Amino acid sequence: MQKFDKLTGVAAPMNMINVDTDMIIPKNFLKTIKRSGLGKNLFDEMRFDREGNENPDFVLNKPAYREAKIIVAGDNFGCGSSREHAPWALLDFGIRCVISTSFADIFYNNCFKNGILPIKVTKEQLDDLMDDAERGANATLSIDLESQTIQGPDGGEVKFEVDEFRKHLLLNGLDDIGLTLQKVDKVDSFEERQNASQPWLAGVAKV
Amino acid sequence: MSGTKTLFDKIWQNHLVEVQDDGTCLLYIDRHLVHEVTSPQAFEGLANAGRKVRRPDLTLAVPDHNVPTTDRTARIESEEGRIQVETLQKNCKDFGVPMFDLQDIRQGIVHIIGPEQGFTLPGTTTVCGDSHTATHGAFGSLAFGIGTSEVEHVLATQTLLQSPLKNMRVTVEGALPNGCTAKDLVLAIIGKIGTAGGTGYVIEYAGKAIRDLTMEGRMTVCNMTIEAGARAGLVAPDETTFNYLMGRPMSPKAGAWEQAVEFWKTLPSDEGAFYDKEVTLDVSEIVPQVTWGTSPEDVAPITGTVPMPTSFKVDGKPEAAQASLDYMGLTAGMAITDITIDVVFIGSCTNGRIEDMRAAAEVAKGRKVAEGVRALVVPGSGLVKEQAEQEGLDQILLEAGFEWRDPGCSMCLAMNDDRVEPGQRCASTSNRNFKGRQGFGGRTHLVSPEMAAAAAVTGHLTDVRDL
Repeated sequence: MQKFDKLTGVAAPMNMINVDTDMIIPKNFLKTIKRSGLGKNLFDEMRFDREGNENPDFVLNKPAYREAKIIVAGDNFGCGSSREHAPWALLDFGIRCVISTSFADIFYNNCFKNGILPIKVTKEQLDDLMDDAERGANATLSIDLESQTIQGPDGGEVKFEVDEFRKHLLLNGLDDIGLTLQKVDKVDSFEERQNASQPWLAGVAKV
Repeated sequence: MSGTKTLFDKIWQNHLVEVQDDGTCLLYIDRHLVHEVTSPQAFEGLANAGRKVRRPDLTLAVPDHNVPTTDRTARIESEEGRIQVETLQKNCKDFGVPMFDLQDIRQGIVHIIGPEQGFTLPGTTTVCGDSHTATHGAFGSLAFGIGTSEVEHVLATQTLLQSPLKNMRVTVEGALPNGCTAKDLVLAIIGKIGTAGGTGYVIEYAGKAIRDLTMEGRMTVCNMTIEAGARAGLVAPDETTFNYLMGRPMSPKAGAWEQAVEFWKTLPSDEGAFYDKEVTLDVSEIVPQVTWGTSPEDVAPITGTVPMPTSFKVDGKPEAAQASLDYMGLTAGMAITDITIDVVFIGSCTNGRIEDMRAAAEVAKGRKVAEGVRALVVPGSGLVKEQAEQEGLDQILLEAGFEWRDPGCSMCLAMNDDRVEPGQRCASTSNRNFKGRQGFGGRTHLVSPEMAAAAAVTGHLTDVRDL
């Protein structure tokens, strides 16, 4: 996983609530067996018409936001389907951070597994950041995960909260499967205990 | 009261392998369901790292999202879809994971077959790379959807890193009136608490209306919990649960069965257990529910009208509601029953079980699908299909002009060839009315199977009680 420590980039405003993962990456692009290459279809049905022409009104098609690295969006971002294709598409496009007042739980988890930082802020902070993001080419935000701060274009600073363990993994780009496998003894002994107390659970799935 | 625990607390604490200093928990996973869309990258990750599947005996795979619902022996038309199914077949073979393949009568939608086989059990943790994993909570299993990286983590370690969730109890009192179903009940709940109302919580459903539901109805309710933002829904196991599970292929066998039931009876929440949030709802006065917009919280009674966007007081909602109406081609103030329908879809992990097939057939019996309406019935599994055919439901539906299909996810998300065309309007028993969900430009109205069948025979959204 790509590590995340500091990020400076253009923030694109998406001033709408309930951005769902079907919008982020529609189902016709889930038929891939790869993680890569989804960026060209990020927000496909909003970005393009049926003939594949760009919709000039969509924020990521506007000249100032084509290289955006951050999205600032309304409440409940990432709701709906669990598809990790959503963060894969964001990442492949170049988005490394999403800022909102709230995120759907599964999407939030999926971001951390892919080197994307989802930041929760208050409604007032979001309004300010949305104003910043609406400034086009000057809509640059700087994010520092270590100090948990967002710097606005005018030097204003927003502090944010993030879970310590997730922060650690993200800062160091760590693979959590490798970490868990170091604890295999604990998993072994859990299974031993469970097998004694609920023997009906094991050995069931077969064809 | 200290020391009292909720159903969720009990399951959570029973599955802790380790609690880290910061509170992050390593949680043991008892049941892992796998399908073709969200697993290929996980298996690829395992292969690249030289890792194995730790517990194939706790893992069950099935192709469902991409599968054709017409001729099961035919090749999957879409090359990418076919590659995905073939990749699942190969991965299951390489890693020793049990799989119900396309020709297996047990094949079906992943959330239908888990319960049907007795793979889903009370007091367990169940995960799948699919948000509708919440379905299995109907059995008192802590069941939630995960991303592909987490699928890989479970395959490799049989555990997940999770932070504890908060407890919410939704108490549903009253008796469901005639014409109303579990679907209407859960739509009413989502309408009340909103699509983010459950974010960060596990919802435990309680109260008379929940206790009175069959297992299939409870599955419908838990299935749509994710549409209220909660990753998992739970119903405490009771005699209804035990009766459903007894004798299923993967349920505990005689001897172990008694021991299991004794344990399951200890699971319900303790008297006085603490909930971070409580919601109550009386359903004795509700009428059949319909969605009018592009978010599952956009719920109206069938007797009502399309709301004015300005009537919403939540920040951002008036704009969202107006965008929904524009997309849906609806005018505020029009009667819901004046909304005409082009397509009807009866099926999905929400409403693709035998009771749903019976409900649709009951309404269809002796009636005809309205002219110009295309109506699909897609059973949730091969076994549901077989049972429906034994009961003659297929004949009733076919005579009424419905199409009778093979099992799969089908038009719920239109990854196979079953889709709503641009501008068409669909009365659907599925779970999401997002823009384009059932096909680019398609418009979805979520309803119960009874209401979907009623719309099919009249050609517009219809109060099934008036038929």
